[in-house]
Amino acid sequence: MVRRIVVGAHYGLRDWIGQRATAVYMAIYTIIFALYALALPEMSHEAWSAMFSGGFMRFATFLFFLALFYHAWVGVRDIFMDYIKPTGVRLALHVVILFLLIGYAGWAAQILWRL
Amino acid sequence: MSEATARKQRPKFLALHEIRLPLPGIVSILHRVSGAGLFLLLPFLLFLFDRSLGSPETFATYQSVVSNPLIKLILLGLLWAYLHHFCAGIRFLLLDLHIAGDLQAALNSSRIVLVVSVVLTVLIGVMLW
Repeated sequence: MVRRIVVGAHYGLRDWIGQRATAVYMAIYTIIFALYALALPEMSHEAWSAMFSGGFMRFATFLFFLALFYHAWVGVRDIFMDYIKPTGVRLALHVVILFLLIGYAGWAAQILWRL
Repeated sequence: MSEATARKQRPKFLALHEIRLPLPGIVSILHRVSGAGLFLLLPFLLFLFDRSLGSPETFATYQSVVSNPLIKLILLGLLWAYLHHFCAGIRFLLLDLHIAGDLQAALNSSRIVLVVSVVLTVLIGVMLW
């Protein structure tokens, strides 16, 4: 029998589900991306940027980046929870990673909406 | 301190060089390593994506960067990391759904993940090189 005093809101269930939901989305996007890339007539700036400037692909790609960054957040946090024991260091690293990933999301938006 | 944590304080002897990781364990640690590698090189990949889409001039910069053999090797490594993470991830999702959970099936699926990710890396690598 598991003896555990149940306190707190949840045991990471939201992140667990989020990690899997983003994984499924990224897997589907990967297939779509591969199909689009295979259909490219040539690897030129014109063809490549046309691929991402369509409404669907821009939206799907941006969603991919958001899914990626959330997924990376959960994964990197798990790694830190396993290997970095001092609470202060771990917390500081979590904040750094979080800020980095939010910055990446801004960068991804800028790349895609400049097209 | 609870009873459970008190019982956990046992001496540990982990001779890491003598422990032979089973195949599913290898897939698991490679899943972590590939994920960490992809995360660490995210800024580089975003930089390449940014250059490739900016303008015809930045696209030329992108092309000159990725034509460097050393960069190509790094990208090939990242391609493997992505494909391994992809295949192993699908295996974990299936395990979550209680598919291929017993020992023999888990061993087989681990072998499939390792082989398929390398084969795909070679195929796509040859296509893009």
